[in-house]
Amino acid sequence: MLKHKIQELMNEPGCATNQAKSDKERKKGCGKSLVPGAAAGGCAFDGAKIALQPITDVVHLVHGPIACEGNSWDGRNSWSTGSDLYRRGFTTDMTNLDIVNGGEKKLYRAIKQAIARYNPAAVFVYQTCVGSLIGDDVEAVCRAATERLGTPVVPVNAPGFAGSKNLGNRLGGEALFEHVIGTVEPDDVGPTDINILGEYNVAGELDQFRPLLARLGIRLRASITGDARYREVAACHTARANMVLCSQALITLARKMKETWGIPYFEGSFYGISDTSEALRNIARMLVERGADPSLTERTEALIAEEEAKAWARLEQYKPRLAGKKVLLYTGGVKSWSVIQALQEVGMEVVGSSVRKATEADKKKALERLGGDEEKLADAITPKDMYAMFKDGRADMMLSGGRSQFVALKARTPWIDINQERHHGFAAYDGMVALVREIDLSINNPIWAQVRAPAPWEQE
Amino acid sequence: MALIVDHNKALSTSPLKISAPLGAALAFMGMKGCLPMFHGSQGCTAFALVMMVRHFREAIPLQTTAMNEISTILGGMDQVEQGLLNIAKRAKPEIIGLISTALTETRGEDMAGDVKMIRARNKELHDIAVVDVSAPDFSGSLETGWGKAVTAMIRQLAPAPGNQAKLNRVNLLPGCHLTPGDVEALKDIIADFGLECVVLPDLSDSLDGHVPDSYTPTTLGGTSVSQLRELGRSRLTIAIGEHMRIAAKTLEEKTGVPFVLLDRVTGLEAVDRLMVSLSTVAGVPVPARQRRARSQLVDAMLDGHFYFGGRHVAIAGEPSLVWTYGKLVADMGGIVAAAVTTQAQPLLAELSAERVIVGDFEDLEDQILEAGGCDLIIANSNARQVSARHGIPLFRAGFPVFDRLGAAHLVSAGYRGTRDLITQLGNILMERPGHAHSEHDHDHKAAAAG
Repeated sequence: MLKHKIQELMNEPGCATNQAKSDKERKKGCGKSLVPGAAAGGCAFDGAKIALQPITDVVHLVHGPIACEGNSWDGRNSWSTGSDLYRRGFTTDMTNLDIVNGGEKKLYRAIKQAIARYNPAAVFVYQTCVGSLIGDDVEAVCRAATERLGTPVVPVNAPGFAGSKNLGNRLGGEALFEHVIGTVEPDDVGPTDINILGEYNVAGELDQFRPLLARLGIRLRASITGDARYREVAACHTARANMVLCSQALITLARKMKETWGIPYFEGSFYGISDTSEALRNIARMLVERGADPSLTERTEALIAEEEAKAWARLEQYKPRLAGKKVLLYTGGVKSWSVIQALQEVGMEVVGSSVRKATEADKKKALERLGGDEEKLADAITPKDMYAMFKDGRADMMLSGGRSQFVALKARTPWIDINQERHHGFAAYDGMVALVREIDLSINNPIWAQVRAPAPWEQE
Repeated sequence: MALIVDHNKALSTSPLKISAPLGAALAFMGMKGCLPMFHGSQGCTAFALVMMVRHFREAIPLQTTAMNEISTILGGMDQVEQGLLNIAKRAKPEIIGLISTALTETRGEDMAGDVKMIRARNKELHDIAVVDVSAPDFSGSLETGWGKAVTAMIRQLAPAPGNQAKLNRVNLLPGCHLTPGDVEALKDIIADFGLECVVLPDLSDSLDGHVPDSYTPTTLGGTSVSQLRELGRSRLTIAIGEHMRIAAKTLEEKTGVPFVLLDRVTGLEAVDRLMVSLSTVAGVPVPARQRRARSQLVDAMLDGHFYFGGRHVAIAGEPSLVWTYGKLVADMGGIVAAAVTTQAQPLLAELSAERVIVGDFEDLEDQILEAGGCDLIIANSNARQVSARHGIPLFRAGFPVFDRLGAAHLVSAGYRGTRDLITQLGNILMERPGHAHSEHDHDHKAAAAG
C-alpha cells in the first residue's frame, strides 16, 4: 500500500522537474538516496508533520516512541489566528511493553482521551517507524475510532524510514485528499473562492497577502495548511482555483483536486515583488475564466501597479546602505530568482544561489538574473567552502536556513534566517520590504566591526 | 516525603520527556574531535540535532545511518559500515559515538557485534575510537541516554588498572542537568584545591559558545580519547546526579578509582559536601576563595529567604533537575506545589512535596490548578504555553531552552552558582507579590529586609 503510493508520488505528471526527465531517470523516482554518515534533513514523518500540523483546531497525535514527538513539538513557527490546540504535542509515547504487546489498543485509548478532553475538530494520527515495524494497523484503528467516537480520525501513513521530508509533505497531502477534502459541503460557495496549497503561515506570512486578496474581493477558502481550520480544509473542494506554493510538496494534491473536482491550479510564489504580482494576475485570470466578474482583471492590475510602486519606493531608502554588498543565497524552499531580483534592485550583488530544490525552469530564470554565470548556481556548498567564502570576503552575508547559520556566524558574518524557523514574514510586497530591512539591520549592525577586530594583544 | 505517581497514561500531552538517544548524543558532544551517529532513520538525527542547535545556539555535529524501508527489513549493518566510513573520510574524527534508536532496537540489531566486524575489515577505522551505545527511545529519557553513553565510553575505552602512577587528579562525571557553565564552575573549584581533573564528558570545552579560528566538522573541544585512557590515574571520581551512579561504579570496577556520588552540587549543605570531598582528596584545607564564596551564599540566603518563604513553586524536568531545584526551593523555605518528572527515580521520594508525578506538561498544568495556582514555574522552554495560559512566570532551566539566550551559561553549581541562582529566582518572586500571598504581608517582610 505505502510502497504503491510512494511510487505514484515519485512519478507526478504535474511536476515540471519530473516531466523534464528521461524515461529512465523518471523510473528512479525523485527521492535522492540518502547516504549514511553524510545525510542531512528530516524524515518522511517530519515532512508530513510540517505539511499538516498548521491545521490549528486538530489534535495531532503521534503513534510512536518519545523521540518522534518529544524531541520536536512546538518547534515550528506556524502561526494561528484561532485555536492553539495544534501547538500541544500529543503522543502515545510507546514503551517496551507496547512494542511487545502491540500498540493498537493504546492508540485507541489515546484517541478517545484526546477527544474527551480537548474536543477537537478532528484527530490526525501519524504512523512512525516503530508502529509500522511492529505492524500496528493505524488505518483500522482510525476507522474504528471515527465510527465509534463520532469525530473524524485521520490516519497519516508516513513513517520516517519511508523517505525524505519532501516525500512526507506529499504523503501528508495524500492523507488530506483521501480522508478530509470533500467531506464537508459548505453553504456559502462563492465565485471568487480560492485555496492556497503549501503555505504554512510561518511567522504569520498569510497576513502579508490575505489582505491583498480581500481588497480584490477574493476569498481564501482554505490555506493548506497555514492557519487552517479543519472544516475549511474539508470544504476546500468547492474553491474555483488552486494556487500551489512550494510546488514540489503538494503538486500531486493539486492535480488530484483538478481531476476530481475540476479545480484548475497554477504554481506560483509570494516571494519577491514581481512573483507576487504574477501570482495575483494568475489568480484573477483563473477566476475570470471560471465565471468571476471580469472587472477583476482590471482591479488586479490597478492593485499591482499601486503596490509595486509603493514597495519599490520603500526600498529606495535602502539602496545607499546596501549598494555593492555581496550576498550568498542558500535555500531550498524559497524561489530564489525572484528574491535575487529584489536584492539586485537595491544594489546588492548576489554572489551565489543554491538551486537544490528548484525546477529546471526556476534554474533558468535564476541563471538569467545572475547574468548567465553558471558558477554562481550551486547545488550544495560544503560548510567548509562556505566558511572559506566568508573568511576570504567573497560574500558579505548569507540568507539561509538555520542549519547553516553557524557557518556564517562563526566566520563573523551577518546571517538571516529565511527558512521555516524564521521570525519575520517575508511574503508579498510588504514581506520583501521587510526582508530588505532585515538585511540592512543585519549587515549594518555595529557589532561586525567590533567582533572582527583582533584583541589588542593580537595586533601586529 | 513525596509519593511518586506514574499514571502510565495512554496519551502523553505536551511531552516533558526527551529521548534517550538525544541524551547519549549530548554526552558525546563533550568529547574532543567527536562526531556521533544515530543508527536510525534520518529524522531521529534531524530532530535531535535541531533541538540541540536551538538550545546551545551552536552547530551540532550529528550524523545518521539513514535507515530506509529496505535496510529496516534486511538489517542495517551495511548502513552502519557506510556511515562510519563516510564520517571517517569526511570529518576525520578521533571518536565516533554510534547510538541505537527505537527503530533499530525494535528490529533487534546486534550493533556491538557489527561494529567489531566492521572495524576488523576496515583499516580506515583503526585509529578512530568507535563507541557503541544501546539507548532505545522506548526506555528511559534524556538522562538515561547520557548515563548510558558515559558508561559505554568507560567500559570500552578506560584502561584496566596498570602500574601507571597516580596523579594529583580527580575524575569528574557531571550529570546532564549540569550546563557547560556549571562544569566550568566545578573545574574552577577543583583547581582551587590544586587538583587536576578529567571531566567526562566536558561540555564546558565544546558547547560553551566560543568562536574557533577555523571550520571544524566535529565537536569544537571536549575531553580527548587519550585523557579517557588515563582515567585510572586519578585519586577519586566525583559523580554528580543519581543517573551517574552506574557510570561511576563501572569506572571503579574497571580502574579501581573509588567514587563519591553527590546527589547535587547546588545548595549550602550540598556544596559543603563537595568541599569536604575535595579537601580530603587534595589533603589541603578548603581554600580562602571558597570560604569567602560560602560566606556570600550564606548572606544571599539571609537576604533572599523573605521572598521564598511560603511561596509555591512548580517544577518539571528530568529527575536530577527536579531534585536539584526542588531541594533548593525547600532549603529556602519555599513550597514545592507541583513536581513532574520523566521517570520514577526513587530518590525523588525524599523531596519535600506531596507528590512527584511521572508525566508531561498537561500533568504539570493539572497539578498547578489543583494546588490553586503557584508563584513560579521552573522548567524547560516547553512550559511556556502553561506559563502563558495562567500568567505564571517561568524560570527556564533544563533542556531544551530555546527561547532565551545563554542556556549554556546558567550556573547553579557551587557556592557562587547557588548564590546567583537564589538571586535570580528571588528577583522573580520579589517582583510578583504572589497568588496566595497578601500584598501587605509581602511588603511588610520586604520592608523589614530593607
